[in-house]
Amino acid sequence: MTKQDFSTLKINSLPGPDDITRVQLKNGITFLFRPNMNSMSASIGGYIQAGSIYDSQDKLGLADFTSSTLMRGTKTQSFQEIYDSLESIGASLGIGCGPHTAGFGGKALAEDLPTLLKMLADVLMNPIFPKKDIERVRSQLLTGLDLRAQDTNSMANLGFDKALYKDHPYQYPGDGYIETIQAIQVKDLKDFHQKHFGPKDMTLVVVGPFEPGSVISLAEEYLGSWVNEGQPQAMQVPDMTAPEKTFQKHHVIDEKSQTDLVVGTIGPSRNWEGYYSALLGNSVLGQFGMMGRIGESVRKQAGLAYYAYSSLSASIGPGQWMVSAGVAPENRDKALDLIKAELKKFVDQPISAEELRDVQSNYIGKLPLSLESNAGVASALLTMEQHQLGFDYLRNYEKMIREITPQSILEAAREFLDPNRLIISSAGP
Amino acid sequence: MSLLETIPSIFLENGLEIKLKEIHSAPLISSWVWYRVGSRDEIPGKHGISHWVEHMQFKGTEKISSDEMEKSVARSGGAWNAFTYLDWTTYFETMPAGKIDLALELEADRMVNTTYDEKEVESERTVIISERQGRENSPGFWLSEALHNAAFRIHPYSHDVIGDQVDLESIQKNDLHRHYKTYYSPNNAVMTIAGDFDKDKMLKRITDLYQDIPAGDDPPRVNRPENPQRGEHRLTVEGPGETVLGNVAYHTPSASEPDFFPLLILDSILSGPQGLNLFGGGGITNKTSRLYKRMVEDTEVVIDIHGGLPATIDPYLYSLNFILHPNSTTDDALKILDEEIQRLQDTPPQADELKRAVKQTQALFAYGGESITNQAFWMGFSEMFANYEWVTNYLDNIAAVTPDDVQRVAQGYLQPKNRIVGIYHPHKKGNNNQ
Repeated sequence: MTKQDFSTLKINSLPGPDDITRVQLKNGITFLFRPNMNSMSASIGGYIQAGSIYDSQDKLGLADFTSSTLMRGTKTQSFQEIYDSLESIGASLGIGCGPHTAGFGGKALAEDLPTLLKMLADVLMNPIFPKKDIERVRSQLLTGLDLRAQDTNSMANLGFDKALYKDHPYQYPGDGYIETIQAIQVKDLKDFHQKHFGPKDMTLVVVGPFEPGSVISLAEEYLGSWVNEGQPQAMQVPDMTAPEKTFQKHHVIDEKSQTDLVVGTIGPSRNWEGYYSALLGNSVLGQFGMMGRIGESVRKQAGLAYYAYSSLSASIGPGQWMVSAGVAPENRDKALDLIKAELKKFVDQPISAEELRDVQSNYIGKLPLSLESNAGVASALLTMEQHQLGFDYLRNYEKMIREITPQSILEAAREFLDPNRLIISSAGP
Repeated sequence: MSLLETIPSIFLENGLEIKLKEIHSAPLISSWVWYRVGSRDEIPGKHGISHWVEHMQFKGTEKISSDEMEKSVARSGGAWNAFTYLDWTTYFETMPAGKIDLALELEADRMVNTTYDEKEVESERTVIISERQGRENSPGFWLSEALHNAAFRIHPYSHDVIGDQVDLESIQKNDLHRHYKTYYSPNNAVMTIAGDFDKDKMLKRITDLYQDIPAGDDPPRVNRPENPQRGEHRLTVEGPGETVLGNVAYHTPSASEPDFFPLLILDSILSGPQGLNLFGGGGITNKTSRLYKRMVEDTEVVIDIHGGLPATIDPYLYSLNFILHPNSTTDDALKILDEEIQRLQDTPPQADELKRAVKQTQALFAYGGESITNQAFWMGFSEMFANYEWVTNYLDNIAAVTPDDVQRVAQGYLQPKNRIVGIYHPHKKGNNNQ
């Protein structure tokens, strides 16, 4: 029986230079916009150079705490008034914190985009950090840290970061420690905001059913007047090399049924020349189908884990290339041996031509799905901007993926993965 | 096409129900096959069998191996998965439109031809036990399990979908195969497809692929309705950690009962809006809901609170989950919670609060409607406990709720004698490093 093709759409709907608008607002904010006339809603997103790498060691968690409290009140609106405005129209706005940037994202019905942008501008520019609200958020953060201490996955990853990024700013948890969160004062939050939040190197993206001109006017109206003369340049972080030898540590959390295991090393940054080779190679290693070779070995053949996969985390600085698995405590070492064997195979021999074809088809085929929603398009635009990929990136994507070879994947794997020099972190009973 | 347009069901001669919705906004198609089987159909000794059968559906058929099944979908760039719930089990593939035929063939094949190999069953046993153990690592799992056991003495909703460890250790290949053969048949399934296709062409292809699959016998149903609760149940669960968790659950009617809609508004007012979206679309925060304002902001008795009212075939639970503030007690938290419920029982909510709930629901629909996967999900999901009109009339039914309706359901259902109060108490133990 012949395979049927049901598709009726023949248009190329991938965002590209002809439908992405990029302008600098008068204060330097980079503003991106892409229309989606089929949609009834608007998505916004963006980032400011105010991530946790700017934390001092005695106040780890300050950047995250600051992001968490921007919406607790402004010069003209209380916490309840802020959320009343948003929730009464079914809109949402959230601000979070990563290593390099504070990121924000929001959503509203198209007619409410002005309300959403106005709110974003107010909470970014005019927060007042009310004492009572700060203490409330502090309690929430401390409870979050109590829960983290009992979470095997979080603790295994925390141990991994600490051992891998020794002597590097990435070694510290963005949400800090109990004692550092307790040490943070209202003045610290105000000072951090005053210093790091501003238009310099800020990016804002809007996707929705609008004409570019009207959206640019809105962004200019609400955010164009923001100035912060003292805002520093974005901080650069040093490069890293792989650990010199294998390091293993287990963190005991009593009375847990399962152990979480993380095994890995330094990975490429997003702009590394062989990034796409590493990306496709990682898919073969621990993603494709039911979690690639790792899933086949640890889950399917040995039945040791519900989840066992590899991941590549690549951004501005040195990334991570790691394997994660949840296993019964008595099976930890058995799973570890299987993972090491797969890593060894991965750096010893090139992947097969069939494996390459599989992951190439996968990455090319899933692109439209990732761009189905306005939020998906907004996220793609931010990635293109942050890593300077060019706005023809999505349209060149297939070509880039097709150029990857088994040899280039082997070279990328050997550049980073050494089965004899791994960080092994686990948490459980 | 309107997001809420009625989609008529089409039935093949073998009883397979089909719903097709053309959406030409992106070159994607999402196809779902829903089976009317879930943990509600399980008997003692076999708790967890429906979920295990779902895992076995990825083990291959005579025609296609497990390996090839996974690879063929992944090669196409498709997203696929399966879920087992209290009332249903579902399998979906969202694919580039030109590749959906693969999913249609795959689902037709595994509707009746899944291979049950002894070795695969044993390998999957440890995987599923590992899945359960992963959940056991979360204190909330133990609390939820104990609470459901207390809430349902008779009805099978007493058991979590993952099943009991003892049953997961004893269920055998023949049990799994029997369960599969009993519930996986075209007359016990609904197929819902949304996306970039021509309806006539799609229906012809589905007919070609599915019409020769023989209908099965009508599957047996566990019919054990729960008796009304005669007084409040309180329970505690102890375990590691530093944080006290609470779960207060009230018995509520099924999703097809008229009172379900006033209860949705009540939930929105008390603990914030919830949507039907399973795939993206985003949610709306609940910072201005009555319980959040009073318990988190005004009195600081809890760190966070949220509610949930799942849509089910039989009467189920409206749950309020909270994380206790370290400086507070569970009595403090329950006292404030009861005061807020009493307020709703004494005085109908303001019209403004209802208006806001309607607007929030409209927004959640608009967000979710952007996803073709959600669109296909809604069609099948609603058929499992009511019908698609339940979704298409959802906004109208929400808008028709009056303040008096909300007060009435608050008075009727949110009574102490109708609830279970579960508290997780940590019995602090130290951690150390090795």
